[in-house]
Amino acid sequence: MSEPISALNHASFEGIAKVEECGLQGMITLRGDLSDKALAKAVKDATGQKMPGQREAFVEGESGVCWMSSDELLVLVPYAEVDAKLAAMTKTLSGTHSLAVNVSDARAVFRVSGTSAREVLGKIAPVELSAEAFQPGQIRRSRLAQIAGAFWMDDTETFRVVCFRSAADYAFNLLKVAAQPGSEVGIY
Amino acid sequence: MSTRLANQGRLIDRSKQVTFSFNGTSMQGYEGDTLASALLANDQMMMGRSFKYHRPRGVVASGAEEPNALVGLGQGNRFEPNQRATTTELFNGLTSISQNHWPNLEFDIGSINTHLSRFLPAGFYYKMFIHPKPFWKHVYEPFIRQSAGLGKAPDKDNRDADTYEHFYHFTDVLVIGGGVAGLQAAKVAAASGAKVMLIEQTAHWGGRAPVDGGTINDEPVDKFVEQLVSELEAMDNVTMRNRCMGAGVYDHGYVLGYERLTDHKPGTQGPRHRLWRIRAKQVVTATGAIERPLSFAGNDVPGVMLASAMRDYVVNWGVTPGDRVIVATNNDDAYRTAIILKQAGVEVLRIVDARTTAGPLADEARQLGIQVDPGKAIAKVKGGKRVKKVELCNQEGIGGAREEVECDAVAMSGGWSPVVHMWSHCGGKLIWDEAQAHFRPDPSRPPLGADGEGFVLAAGSSNGPLALGDVLTDADAAGKAAAKAAGFTAKRTKAPVGETTAEAPMAAVWLMPANAEIGLRMKSWLDFQNDVKVSDVQLAAREGYESVEHTKRYTTLGMATDQGKLSNINGLAILADALDSEIPKVGTTTFRPPYTPISLASIGGEARGEVFQPIRQTPMHNWHDKNGADWEPVGHWRRTYAYVRPGESVHDAVNREVKNTRENLGLLDASTLGKLIVKGPDAGKFLDMMYTNMMSTLKVGKCRYGLMCSENGFLIDDGVVARIDEDTWLCHTTTGGAERIHGHMEEWLQTEWWDWKVYVANVTEQYAQVAVVGPNARKVLEKLNAQAGGGMDVSKEALPFMEWRDGKIGAFDARAYRISFSGELSYEIAVPASQGQAFWDALMDAGKEFGVMPYGTECLHILRAEKGFIMIGDETDGTVIPQDLGLHWALSKKKEDYLGKRAHTRSHMADPDRWKLVGLETVDGSVLPDGAYAVGEGVNANGQRNMIGRVTSTYYSANLGKGIAMGLIKHGPDRMGEIVEFPGTDGKTYKAKIVDPIFYDKDGEKQNV
Repeated sequence: MSEPISALNHASFEGIAKVEECGLQGMITLRGDLSDKALAKAVKDATGQKMPGQREAFVEGESGVCWMSSDELLVLVPYAEVDAKLAAMTKTLSGTHSLAVNVSDARAVFRVSGTSAREVLGKIAPVELSAEAFQPGQIRRSRLAQIAGAFWMDDTETFRVVCFRSAADYAFNLLKVAAQPGSEVGIY
Repeated sequence: MSTRLANQGRLIDRSKQVTFSFNGTSMQGYEGDTLASALLANDQMMMGRSFKYHRPRGVVASGAEEPNALVGLGQGNRFEPNQRATTTELFNGLTSISQNHWPNLEFDIGSINTHLSRFLPAGFYYKMFIHPKPFWKHVYEPFIRQSAGLGKAPDKDNRDADTYEHFYHFTDVLVIGGGVAGLQAAKVAAASGAKVMLIEQTAHWGGRAPVDGGTINDEPVDKFVEQLVSELEAMDNVTMRNRCMGAGVYDHGYVLGYERLTDHKPGTQGPRHRLWRIRAKQVVTATGAIERPLSFAGNDVPGVMLASAMRDYVVNWGVTPGDRVIVATNNDDAYRTAIILKQAGVEVLRIVDARTTAGPLADEARQLGIQVDPGKAIAKVKGGKRVKKVELCNQEGIGGAREEVECDAVAMSGGWSPVVHMWSHCGGKLIWDEAQAHFRPDPSRPPLGADGEGFVLAAGSSNGPLALGDVLTDADAAGKAAAKAAGFTAKRTKAPVGETTAEAPMAAVWLMPANAEIGLRMKSWLDFQNDVKVSDVQLAAREGYESVEHTKRYTTLGMATDQGKLSNINGLAILADALDSEIPKVGTTTFRPPYTPISLASIGGEARGEVFQPIRQTPMHNWHDKNGADWEPVGHWRRTYAYVRPGESVHDAVNREVKNTRENLGLLDASTLGKLIVKGPDAGKFLDMMYTNMMSTLKVGKCRYGLMCSENGFLIDDGVVARIDEDTWLCHTTTGGAERIHGHMEEWLQTEWWDWKVYVANVTEQYAQVAVVGPNARKVLEKLNAQAGGGMDVSKEALPFMEWRDGKIGAFDARAYRISFSGELSYEIAVPASQGQAFWDALMDAGKEFGVMPYGTECLHILRAEKGFIMIGDETDGTVIPQDLGLHWALSKKKEDYLGKRAHTRSHMADPDRWKLVGLETVDGSVLPDGAYAVGEGVNANGQRNMIGRVTSTYYSANLGKGIAMGLIKHGPDRMGEIVEFPGTDGKTYKAKIVDPIFYDKDGEKQNV
């Protein structure tokens, strides 16, 4: 196997917030009945996390689970472990109607950090991002200007932003524009 | 003359001089000036010319309602036309030019129109330019375009130097307008604990109350404003933005705020404008009121101004528009202007009051020595580029027995109209207030939210009350009501007490003098920018225009860039009178966003330059770019049309790729093809419904080409389906089809077959997919395997045509499909996207000895056309069914049902006259024009030649050395060998023979080796 390379190979930019491409992140799309015990076990085994509720994301570093819809989860595992985790998950779920599929390479992941990080996202996503409304532990599937995207917070000043790999270049440039120097909004 | 006063000017800083230019002349102003106040301070009364008659125009207002003082602002890549001087803050180095004139402002050829005005009445254009017909295009339109049209568009080679952005904001209560009403409403709303946003279009808080005077809680208004602002600034739940205009109110509490961040300091880092996209539970509009002009002859002469504006120029900027002023009014408020002017040392010659009685302010004016003339009117203002004298007469009558008074400025006041725009944008209704002669919001009919309750409240003078005390009481109540409606409990506090001199009732005066004769009415302007006069609206009424909306369009009343902020009420009052109707019956025209024009760039926001539009890139995008890719957009993807080598034309490159792929080895980046995983116990049943052919019987390890129709039977997509395991299929879609077909599948699963156990996932971008095509395809894969110990057996026996295998190819985890869209030996190989470039590199490297060349989409198209393979989007256009394309073999007869099956039995679908797919070959080997129609015998009912088909795909085939094409032809398959004519748009007629659409390797031997 050759060395896998993420869409933008760790590009970064510093403006009113820091924007970095995070590199490769293992991701599994898991579809099924979220109230099913086997599903919960598969998630727990893979990530150590419990089943998230609506718009919740339980993420520690490169592992975690995000609620994507009423029958879909995004499971995060270290990139190198994704095949093994997927195999284990498929085994746990044998006999349970579900779909678990590796989508690690279909995505690009960015980190947006700094005191103005909320404002940078607030320029491109129609989402309420005040501290009262959005905190670590939550996720939003929304849009980033003209593309689909999702994001959660690793801490109170750090977002992780996920989009499709083909749009990585657009997403990075978009985040750069939104984080351009002198563009603080002064809201959050 | 208009000049700077020695004192006054609460908004300017006299210690900070600012240099700017107007029409190339350098001028001085102060920090805090608007461009309008600075121009007046430099005695530049005339600031532009009107749209139709090119009449001299001076500033008439002091704020957003200004119709006249529009300038071209800035230079080069910061030039912007039609900027209002009254809302442009002065800065050092500002350059401005006036508009609507040629050759210059002082002398203008177009102003001859004003002498022709008798011949240019309302509806002139409609009446005149109908006949003769060809004149419109060749004479009238070029002439009108030349003479009309406000400011110049920026130079086409310049690019806006600034950036713009959007910002999404959510609040409980949004207060629009930062005057005393808005401040008070915000304060009481915020005191309830609600999250409040307060926006104000100017750079200053407090609105016009500090100019108008009076006291609040026994303190000067300025002081009250200062205190309130600092209180609000200290509250964590309050967001305040000045230079931020409420532009529009929309459904569901959605409001646009237009923030001008650097207009007053161009070149500053950061965005120039920010468009706030606000969701508010409740909106309070505290947008104030606008004074109305009076309609008298010559009310458009520079130097005639709204009384309130004149007051603003004195108090705010220390500027007087004249030395000797006459005030004309129908209300007490204008007396304040006279008093302030007099106190500032300006001579006030007369107060001409259309009423017979006035309130205490009149006594105050008299005590200052100002002559008050009750029951009088202005008959006519004289002067061209500047007021020279005024003829006075009695208000009652037709304007005889005039007295002439020399003066250089006229202040006029026709009463006040609440700014009801924000209330009205989303459906708030108005009522006519007889006492104040204005429309104001009807509180019982507010704009309604999703819950059927009102979500907008009007506050202060925008709600009707005009006296300071009433304004504050009203705003206080509105702020509390908004907090309550947003789910909070307002505190029981007392409203501030505002006190001003009591006023006598105003009188509705729509024309001055009341029965002005026609000569006067023809010079009494309603719409200053568009040159609509009292006589025009009256003419429209006589010609049968009863609806105010029709009159507006016929006369262009209120259709200028100020959208009739000054003219609408006066105009409809004149219309009502002419129709012998009542004003509320005539009604208003529709108030539409934005309140004043906002920059297009702010609407675009960040979407410009490299983020104008997302461009989807495959993992090998950069390689293609470095290797001569001539790009083609396919959906949002960019795909390589051809890889052009130095010295080659694109056409040369395509021909080279076409020949090389058939003779040696070609590589195609097929990553953009959609890949959908469909899994579940019911997946086979589901796919049998989705596709016209049978997918449930497909064996694991095999592939099948499938067609998809909509429920109306039309082809919507095609692609190869692979069965991965017992309950998993992988469906390839077209490049543009992945998201669409994914949505299509989800829709059927979620709405129709919700109980079927099927999950779908779009894994398109998980894989880089490379088509390895040509006689040497197997050799290069075997070489890779030999080099890096790849274990996948790619031999004919181990991996036959239309099958797939997982395994290692070279060093790569791969899934190889033996499928062919070219007719050659072909493998489509999917590897993880993050290894796509490495895989491509390995193939290019190993392929050298086999003559490898990458090929683009045009080569792909030609190869498939040589084989007669159809392409969704070329052979289909949303009206084509599989039967049209000879694809009957893909329509399962065994299946009870599939999407489109029933539709195919409809009479028009089964019609034998439908155009059917055939191959086309020109008789001389040339290439048919794409999209050309085939013509048959005779003409149709419109006298056009009957059409019997069209070209759907056409190429030059380098392999065959001639043009080849496909087309849909009526009875085509039954007409093999016939010659059909295709008239081209180049005037030539192309002749082509109907042939079999498969031009190359009819038996498919080359792909099955």
